[in-house]
Amino acid sequence: MSKYVLNKFLFTVDRDPELVERYREDPVGTVTWWEATKANELLNCHSGEASSWQSLTDEERTALATHDYPKLFELGAHPFLTLTLFIAMFERDHAEPLGFQLEYAQRLSHFSLPYPDIAT
Amino acid sequence: MAELVAVIASTHHPFYYRASTSTGDARPPFADEWVAKIEAFRATLTRARPDVLVMVGSDHFHQLWLDNMPQFLVGKAPYYDANWYNEEREFGLPRFRMLGDEAFSAHILRGGLDAGFDLAFSNELRIDHSVTCPIITLRPEADLPIVPIYTNIFAPPLPQPKRFVQLGRTVRELVESMPGDQRVAVIGTGHLSLELGGPRQFGAHGPDPEFDRRAVEWIATGDLERCLAEVTLDSLHAPGNATHGFMDFMFMMGVAGEGAKADHVDTLDLFHTMEAYFTWYPNGEPQ
Repeated sequence: MSKYVLNKFLFTVDRDPELVERYREDPVGTVTWWEATKANELLNCHSGEASSWQSLTDEERTALATHDYPKLFELGAHPFLTLTLFIAMFERDHAEPLGFQLEYAQRLSHFSLPYPDIAT
Repeated sequence: MAELVAVIASTHHPFYYRASTSTGDARPPFADEWVAKIEAFRATLTRARPDVLVMVGSDHFHQLWLDNMPQFLVGKAPYYDANWYNEEREFGLPRFRMLGDEAFSAHILRGGLDAGFDLAFSNELRIDHSVTCPIITLRPEADLPIVPIYTNIFAPPLPQPKRFVQLGRTVRELVESMPGDQRVAVIGTGHLSLELGGPRQFGAHGPDPEFDRRAVEWIATGDLERCLAEVTLDSLHAPGNATHGFMDFMFMMGVAGEGAKADHVDTLDLFHTMEAYFTWYPNGEPQ
């Protein structure tokens, strides 16, 4: 169970403008680099201390590396984190206002209640 | 003692700032009606002539994170910087800074702890749009000191709905026992039915207009009994996956009190969500 790490990726990328662009352009490379160097960083803590056990599952890694946000929803990633980051990356590619948000809803339309559990 | 001069509950729509300040072709067709409703709502706070604002909201994974997540947190700092990079990016929200009131925060913390709420605190808190949206709508001068109270409606496991009501009641008692003669408004923001990052997001209306209708009635009439009977952590999934933000409205119903009819009630049916605005004057209309 590594929903927490999945969310940690989305959270740490979303708050960094350079990482948002890097993840948009090179998702495989960004996920590989992040898991190797960032996944175990203790946030809100001084440097030099880290965790030793955080990693993504193969399914989670693939979902992130392919920008597969319906899969992230299925895996229980926090939907606010996913939405916010993916709007930042892809809203610009849609000419119509809310075009990306509506496509996003459509691509999740096969889900019905209860949605995947997001508790971590 | 301090006087509770207004209790205000509102949705916090991050797009209001952009909609209300845009011009020409960029101005959405609903902007003028929205601005008129907000200006009427703002007047209900202005009339109360507050000196300090107790602000109830919820961090959206900006400063508070899953490695260390408080359920209820009170800011105690001389200043609060406001808004974050990703809120500028997505909503066009401005950054600004607000004054704090450390003595008031200390009173809420001490009294809340003694009343059985194990409140977390922060001496360096950057507030987000759950607090800044009502500043922009209700007090755009951003000139009054604030006492921020954050609730967790966002990262399960969440506190039970009744706990929000209970803390609201306690905050009212603490405001009314604050030494001095400050005029205090308590302002809290949440959501009616709302879906974010799910299949029902950004529809023509909020995801559950029937829930919204009932919720507005509960709030406007102070019907805590029915609200608490119908709302559970599980039931809030049905109206939309972000509807747990409704518990901040329940917090404000706790502040306003059982059976307290709101003196100002207004709504606006927007795409994606219903806006709702409520003001109570606990000691009668300000003169």
